[in-house]
Amino acid sequence: MSNQLMTGAEIVVKALQDQGVRHIFGYPGGAVLPIYDALFQQYTVEHILVRHEQGAAHAAEGYARSTGKAGVLLVTSGPGATNAVTGLADAMMDSIPLVCITGQVPTHLIGSDAFQECDTVGITRACTKHNFLVKDVDDLARVLHDAFHIATTGRPGPVVVDIPKDVQFRRGAYSGLNNIVHRTYRPRVKGDPARIEQAVELMISARRPVFYTGGGVINAGSRASVLLRELVRLTGFPITSTLMGLGAFPASDRQWLGMLGMHGTYEANLAMNRCDVMINIGARFDDRVTGRLDAFSPGSKKIHVDIDPSSINKTVRVDVPIVGDCAHVLEEMIAVWKAKARKPDEVAMTAWWAQVDAWRARNSLGYRQTGDTIKPQYAVERLYKLTRERKTYITTEVGQHQMWAAQHYRFEEPNRWMTSGGLGTMGYGIPAAVGVQVAHPDALVIDIAGEASVQMTMQELSTAVQYRLPIKIFILNNEYMGMVRQWQQLLHGGRYAHSYSEALPDFVKLAEAYGGKGIRAIRPDELDAKIQEMLDYDGPVIFDCVVDKLENCYPMIPSGAAHDEMILPDAVAGAGVSEAGKMLV
Amino acid sequence: MNQPASAYFLSDAKPRPAKATLSITVDNEVGALARVVGLFSGRGYNIESLTVAETDHQKHTSRITIVTSGTVDVIDQIKAQLGRLVPVHRVVDLAVDKPGLEREMALVKIAATGENRAEALRLAEVFRARVIDISPQSFVFELTGTPVKIDAFVEMMIPIGLVELSRTGVVAIGRGAEAT
Ligand SMILES: Cc1ncc(C[n+]2csc(CCOP(=O)(O)OP(=O)(O)O)c2C)c(N)n1
Ligand SMILES: [Mg+2]
Repeated sequence: MSNQLMTGAEIVVKALQDQGVRHIFGYPGGAVLPIYDALFQQYTVEHILVRHEQGAAHAAEGYARSTGKAGVLLVTSGPGATNAVTGLADAMMDSIPLVCITGQVPTHLIGSDAFQECDTVGITRACTKHNFLVKDVDDLARVLHDAFHIATTGRPGPVVVDIPKDVQFRRGAYSGLNNIVHRTYRPRVKGDPARIEQAVELMISARRPVFYTGGGVINAGSRASVLLRELVRLTGFPITSTLMGLGAFPASDRQWLGMLGMHGTYEANLAMNRCDVMINIGARFDDRVTGRLDAFSPGSKKIHVDIDPSSINKTVRVDVPIVGDCAHVLEEMIAVWKAKARKPDEVAMTAWWAQVDAWRARNSLGYRQTGDTIKPQYAVERLYKLTRERKTYITTEVGQHQMWAAQHYRFEEPNRWMTSGGLGTMGYGIPAAVGVQVAHPDALVIDIAGEASVQMTMQELSTAVQYRLPIKIFILNNEYMGMVRQWQQLLHGGRYAHSYSEALPDFVKLAEAYGGKGIRAIRPDELDAKIQEMLDYDGPVIFDCVVDKLENCYPMIPSGAAHDEMILPDAVAGAGVSEAGKMLV
Repeated sequence: MNQPASAYFLSDAKPRPAKATLSITVDNEVGALARVVGLFSGRGYNIESLTVAETDHQKHTSRITIVTSGTVDVIDQIKAQLGRLVPVHRVVDLAVDKPGLEREMALVKIAATGENRAEALRLAEVFRARVIDISPQSFVFELTGTPVKIDAFVEMMIPIGLVELSRTGVVAIGRGAEAT
């Protein structure tokens, strides 16, 4: 095979096949036509035609996040590439493995402002893990395999391969994916045994420990989640997780404290604040998690496991840094823990759990479903109750609905929760759901959405209809950019500048126009039946769930505040935002 | 506490300033320098001087020397971020990790007539600068040394008639028998 000459376009397809790629998301254009031609003449790699290149990138993200494999997209030069940039930046922030193939103008025209030329490698440099411009067809196969290697190993991320059109036509030698030995790129997988030993010692002598886990556990593969469960149960410690890490540990478990951070639970944030030993596994001390840095968990010794050395000591100084893959390090930690005769002080642990349970008793996610309007939290809770028995994947957009989904939908398994965490990209949810449904045709895939966000990538509903992907778009319709309105209420004197949508589409008719089904629920007592109707329909649905317009998302740690300065929901705390609390936001 | 309305935590802690001379070995491929420099601008780090050239023609590796400043934490972060770039082999701080030798070269143009000419030549002698161009009204001196030495020379030349200055930026290497 290797000495037989192929066109660049054939090499692209062959490389995808050899990488085991079954689906790619893309949009054609002049600079990628040879690749489309080659794709057309084979059946192994199925191409999903999106409606906008941003959709291709988010679909590939959903595909990747729900399978653990790289997501692949194919877009044309110029506007095709620039449209994909938001998705690449999103994948960069959330460490999602993507390989993005972009067409480029022929090599001799590069730099001449040719039609649909842009400096793709320059534009995407800051929002990719790495990128390549391939000028010689003989480099193409190697670069493509390299791209998959870089995207999926170490801390995963997006990789762009920019291929000029003449390179797609030219003939060159193909080389397989055997033995990539990188001269420079060699991520460290195994953690330092001495540090692991030190970490376990610290854990054993802890009196108020807490696990703080993140997306790194999901990225380390399903084995990492299994090992995490084992270690957490062995130790008996409480555990919380970031938005990106939900599902790695089952939400139904007694040791689970719920999500932490700006909209995390009271018990999770207070446990972080008061702990004496923090065990961070695959989380990155994001500012939505730490809140006020100088008051972040002031009395604790911190262990940090991360595959990316630059995540260590970036914002928070830690005592025991361990660079390595979460699965490997967890496995070692379990072995070391088991080998130790000494166990944590039982009296201290009992007291700590009593404290944690007292915080939990505040029921910080509480809300009251009263009156004739649907509370958004209630809608998510009903959705959860009616879908929990099924193999369900949830995607979201960005805003209040995203936080309510994270708080009230309970995840038992990894890879079931797809959300834009780091970049916070409105418009992520529908295309991500498309990608998830392509990867899991028989599963139930729901985008918990906001009416503003969905309009950013609504056109991907057309993709869902074309490929018979029965995704459900469950809109918590408050007519506001609710999260923006909430901040305006708390920070800007209630002046709701441009956060109300004066002209919303009729989502039921919109669904029908696309060839899907539209359902609207207005009253709490009709919600269950309507959700059931959505679940029973074998095709894409927009569910317009009309909810309380002015509901706020609590608990909330206002920025500049510490974990123990949370605003609790009015229903629970009684007073709502205190004067002191208002000063803090 | 008294920070303005913001979605971010704004710290008013005073940073501990520090300097670093980073020696970065990279694959000499298209865009490698852009990646390194882009990282500095993209993340808001400071570049005080930068030099680069291919140093191993067989392996096609270059050495980039960057003098940067920031807090101790920021410098650690810069090193970690540089280490993350795919074409980067190694990052060593020759100011702190492995204190090394630093040299810079400068070309210094002086306009001088009369008594000032003798004075310029006398100073050049003291600093071991070489005259590489001469006209009835001017000199160009070539000088190598530490950045501090070059600063001192330039300082002395200002009153005599400094016209312009071109500096290479710092190159550095570790001491002793081992490779940096
Ligand atoms: C692309 C993009 N633009 C702007 C924002 C800022 N933003 C964050 S949440 C939000 C409002 C989202 O409104 P909606 O989708 O209705 O969700 P809700 O908060 O009402 O649940 C906005 C505008 C963003 N996150 N992404
Ligand atoms: Mg809304």
